[in-house]
Amino acid sequence: MAQVSSMSDGQSSTMKSITLKISRFNPEHDESSQFMEFNVNYEKWTTVLEAILDVKKHFDHSVAVRYSCRQATCGSCGMIINGKPRLACFTKISELDSNVVTVEPMNNFPVIRDLAVKFERLFDTHQKIKPYLIRDDTELESDQKEFLQTPEEVEQYIQFANCIKCGLCNSACPTMATDSSFVGPQALAQAYRYVADSRDKGKDSRLKVIDDSHGIWRCHFAGSCSQVCPKGVDPAMGIQLLRGYMLGFRD
Amino acid sequence: MTQDEHKEGVKGMVNPRRYGIERVAYLMMRLSGLGLLAYFIGHIYETSNILRGQVGWDEFMDLISGTEGHIVMSIVIAMCVFHTVNGVRVMLGHGGVGVGTPARPDYPYDPASQNYRHKIGIYSAIVLAAFAMMYGLAVMFGE
Repeated sequence: MAQVSSMSDGQSSTMKSITLKISRFNPEHDESSQFMEFNVNYEKWTTVLEAILDVKKHFDHSVAVRYSCRQATCGSCGMIINGKPRLACFTKISELDSNVVTVEPMNNFPVIRDLAVKFERLFDTHQKIKPYLIRDDTELESDQKEFLQTPEEVEQYIQFANCIKCGLCNSACPTMATDSSFVGPQALAQAYRYVADSRDKGKDSRLKVIDDSHGIWRCHFAGSCSQVCPKGVDPAMGIQLLRGYMLGFRD
Repeated sequence: MTQDEHKEGVKGMVNPRRYGIERVAYLMMRLSGLGLLAYFIGHIYETSNILRGQVGWDEFMDLISGTEGHIVMSIVIAMCVFHTVNGVRVMLGHGGVGVGTPARPDYPYDPASQNYRHKIGIYSAIVLAAFAMMYGLAVMFGE
């Protein structure tokens, strides 16, 4: 199924070209994935997502890829780029320092087609850890003031509130590679985000959810999740701090 | 592993090349743990040879006193030292010690949990394991 195509029209003097290898897989009729190759021109600011969209526009519109914001905010375009999970819109081809760029669907996510994967499980586990403030009272009533926090209290969790649910951490995690039931670094980091929030009163119920044989205890602090996070969330830190609560090192 | 799940599987789990020294330490920790478990089982078998009397015991001691036996023992020493030192690092990390403090991240978002303290811990474990292995080899092979 390999195919070599090239695009040379409108080439500027600063343009270079790479071979873009795209993993193709349609579960309806393919037994396994195969790569299609395209020669794609790029400038130093061209992102991998733009290269894929060039392929869709000029060579093969059937390439399946999920994307939306193109600015590392929506978390839609996570994929394996040259062996590592990255956001396609946040990865410049020139940064990869390679004449061949290989794109594959994220590991540890079921493939819908080509580069598009299912996020149901990630959203399920995210929901499972109760990603909202739990308390009896509310700030929505007219005679109530908002729940005040000091800047120091905000610092405790704001880093983890940056999560865009792109799934790169779950794709890089070595435990996720073998354990289909593991709750995953994304959900665990979000559990910490709410546990560390001074407005939240649901610590015990949240810790109960993750205190499971496929929960927090299956994290072995390999740190790969933090290395691939495109928003600086550092899930490994959140998970270890969360475990500090469970071990009684933190209140 | 089905294509439905698209799991990396054991092959992905043991691939140490993509995520820095922390992932290498993760793999070495697992391998040394399995190695020490195998040694523990072997050690029980070894010491149970005393039940065969003096002759059986001497036969087995001859087996493990050769060059191959010494090399295996030196690897066991290295595994033991690495697993201990790295284990202390990981246990401290698991308690939230030395993993950094939450703060607003700045680009390029270097993860605070992968800081120099943990890197020093990993390299120390490797170096100490190597030294212990060499010391063990020097003692076992004599002068």
